[in-house]
Amino acid sequence: MSSIAPPSTAETVEPHEPRETRAAATRRFSINLRQSGIYLAFAAIVVLFEILTGGSLLEPQNISNIIVQNSYILILAIGMILIIIAGHIDLSVGSVVAVTGAVSAVLMVNLHLPWGLAIVITLAAGALIGAWQGYWVARFGIPAFIVTLAGMLVFRALDMTVLGNQGIGPFPDSVRTLANGFIPGFLGNVGLGVLGGADLFTLLVGLASLAAVVVLQWRTRRGRLGYGQAVDSMPVFIAKLAGVAVILMYVIVQLARFKNLPWVAVLLAALVLAYTLISRRTVFGRHIYAVGGNVQAAGLSGVRVKSVTFWIFVNMGLLASIAGIIFAGRLNQAGPTAGNGFELDAIAAAFIGGAAVQGGVGKVVGAVTGGLIMAVINNGMSLIGSPSERVMLVKGLVLLAAVAFDVWAKRRSGAAR
Amino acid sequence: MTDAILQMRGITKTFPGVTALDDVNFTVRRGEIHAICGENGAGKSTLMKVLSGVYPHGTYSGEILFDGEPCAFGGIRDSEAHGIVIIHQELTMIPYLSVAENIFLGNERSSRGLIDWNRTNAEAAALLARVGLHENPTTPAMELGVGKQQLVEIAKALSKQVRLLILDEPTAALNDEDSAHLLDLLRGLRRAGITCVIISHKLNEIEAIADSTTILRDGRTIETLDMHGAGVTEDRIISGMVGRDLSHRFPPHDPKIGSEVLRIEEWSVESPSQRGRMVVSGASLNLHRGEIVGLAGLMGAGRTEFAMSVFGRSYGTSISGRVYKDGKQIELRTVGEAISHGIAYATEDRKRYGLNLIEDIKRNVSGAALSRLASRGWVDENREYQVAEEFRRDLNIKAPSVSTVTGTLSGGNQQKVALAKWIFTDPDVLILDEPTRGIDVGAKYEIYTIINRLADEGKAILVISSELPELLGICDRIYALSAGRVTGVLDRGEATPERLMTLMTRVKE
Repeated sequence: MSSIAPPSTAETVEPHEPRETRAAATRRFSINLRQSGIYLAFAAIVVLFEILTGGSLLEPQNISNIIVQNSYILILAIGMILIIIAGHIDLSVGSVVAVTGAVSAVLMVNLHLPWGLAIVITLAAGALIGAWQGYWVARFGIPAFIVTLAGMLVFRALDMTVLGNQGIGPFPDSVRTLANGFIPGFLGNVGLGVLGGADLFTLLVGLASLAAVVVLQWRTRRGRLGYGQAVDSMPVFIAKLAGVAVILMYVIVQLARFKNLPWVAVLLAALVLAYTLISRRTVFGRHIYAVGGNVQAAGLSGVRVKSVTFWIFVNMGLLASIAGIIFAGRLNQAGPTAGNGFELDAIAAAFIGGAAVQGGVGKVVGAVTGGLIMAVINNGMSLIGSPSERVMLVKGLVLLAAVAFDVWAKRRSGAAR
Repeated sequence: MTDAILQMRGITKTFPGVTALDDVNFTVRRGEIHAICGENGAGKSTLMKVLSGVYPHGTYSGEILFDGEPCAFGGIRDSEAHGIVIIHQELTMIPYLSVAENIFLGNERSSRGLIDWNRTNAEAAALLARVGLHENPTTPAMELGVGKQQLVEIAKALSKQVRLLILDEPTAALNDEDSAHLLDLLRGLRRAGITCVIISHKLNEIEAIADSTTILRDGRTIETLDMHGAGVTEDRIISGMVGRDLSHRFPPHDPKIGSEVLRIEEWSVESPSQRGRMVVSGASLNLHRGEIVGLAGLMGAGRTEFAMSVFGRSYGTSISGRVYKDGKQIELRTVGEAISHGIAYATEDRKRYGLNLIEDIKRNVSGAALSRLASRGWVDENREYQVAEEFRRDLNIKAPSVSTVTGTLSGGNQQKVALAKWIFTDPDVLILDEPTRGIDVGAKYEIYTIINRLADEGKAILVISSELPELLGICDRIYALSAGRVTGVLDRGEATPERLMTLMTRVKE
């Protein structure tokens, strides 16, 4: 650290310990509310529909359904949040889901390729589509809105061309299991008293992940304390961990009581974990936030803005192809209308999950939570028999309210700038 | 000619933390050309914005009398209704609209809600003739050069029955021929009875055209000179612009100057927006270890453009010239290359180009050298916190913690975060563009102390500043830049405000 000047200023300049004014305290509170508001809103919506549906929402089978039926939207939301953090948008993901699903169907069903090879080729196709769009946005400088609007049409057209305007299916069993099936119960069932039987393997996986969470959190806390950073006080730390433990184990127990862990839930958990780490802890992830927060400042700090932009679109294409395979596998058919409107659900998930309209802000976990909020509204309202137009109305208003809250909170905290 | 068309009395205008105008008095006689002079930041543009209603009545104190009547303008439209029209430094043409449409924008020639195109174009042609511009009124504005656009702006002002025309740096972006034409036009307007107020840095032009000159300094009126009086010269104006007490505002510093670290030769940069206009031409300079070098120049002299074009070609096209680091020629094609060659550039506009205001202090500090905190692409967040915390203590950044969002900090503290970011890249050459702009006196002293310390560590510092006292107070050597050319270099001992200002206003030979 030779670059840091010697601490001689301590003698010439009086160290000021800043007092937190009332205004600053309010600002801090509203920033915290902006960050945690989404989770509180999610909890409130779950409680609301649990009551409205008379307890059906959190039934074991329903929880499993919500995860499986929305997995592809949640996967898209992970890619979308990175694009939105960088200050762009992708309107084409619905069409990309369709065309990659069609490619996988042609490879597996028509050409009888081994399913593993077919999946690899499909993922490569998705990445290639992302590279195409990333080229126009990053290198050519066309706004992403236009590029992906064009992509929406182009890839829908390609989907229809590949399929010859008809559905292709059925998919091999392995792919169907991946999209729709459950991990086999390796260890059989175990009795849980009044709750009845539950799958032992699932419960063990749940306990193992819980242990991993606790150990990781503990190590992070120890590390921060070692560097003299501020951390939550011990009671708050324990309360937060306990909260996470209760929610995690509740979902796990319910899943274990139904059939088992859905494969897509495992995939989704892995993706959320991986992308959370990438976005928070890697140089590349940090650069996404820097580009979105102030693109000129990022460029003048040596961030390769074009390269970052290019790769987040490649990533989006890759994730869209994963979603494409799962969606086609779930329906057991790749169709010409597959993925219609998915882009809007993914974008809505990102914004409900706390992304800022101007970019620079957002979290992977937030986007997934935003997606789950929409999923619970969808599922809960259909359980109580609401017509689909009313579901749409409510989802639209929730999106507007979420962004309005973000803009309002920013105006209040940003007044000082 | 003692009849005053405009009197501004006791005008005071404050912004948060800064008093831009302090009890300014300003009187303009009917039918004259009245120049306003002053250093950057002296309050010239602010005064004109108060006059034209950009800062509406109630946001300043003091009174404005126009034609003897008190005025309380609520906005530009109010002042224009009285015949006061301001032409801003940045032209406001809409490029895709025709010249005629631009002239009558917001003031359309229409009947019953429909635009009367015949009248629009005919009246526009008449106005263009008055300003001596022979162009078809239906030509899109973007096809005209800057000089002609400037004339269209004046035609637009004439269309509003202008009685007092205010021009803010009208010739800053013009070549000599266009400037001369513009000055002739102003003389013609004077004969037609239109009063003009002109803000300009080009003292030779002021001497040639103005009837009176008012000098502002630090937001105060210093004096009003009658340009037809005896002994009023450029030097006289300069001494009014710069005279100021320099004592005790700068920490003492005993330089330890070492070997040459950076040398730039024959550096030329073309404007990216105006083909053929050289923003920097043939500039050469060098820096030594431990040396604090100043770069002085008025608005539009090309200081920032010079620095940014060196820093990984962040500005300009057709950049030519050679850069030597420690005697070896290097190429700086991207910002990344510049940083890895040990060059850092802290921008003059930290909010727009320097900081990510929605992120916290630690992520801004690490922003230009994140790879120093990472192994195999993974950032060590604890190390990042530690580094930012060390800078917070060392540079005395006043914030509750390094997790504070930078957008909520004061200007001085934001500037320290920006400095920390560049110090953390461990540069050999640190270019600081307006390092104390918009920050208070106490924070300025701290910034000067930091600059001295960095020089003592053996870094070469290039300070770009609009404040001559600042350059004179901290620099070991000062280059003067005028219209993109280096017009001279003065050592600490020989530099005076007057000599610098003379070099800064020297027009290319």
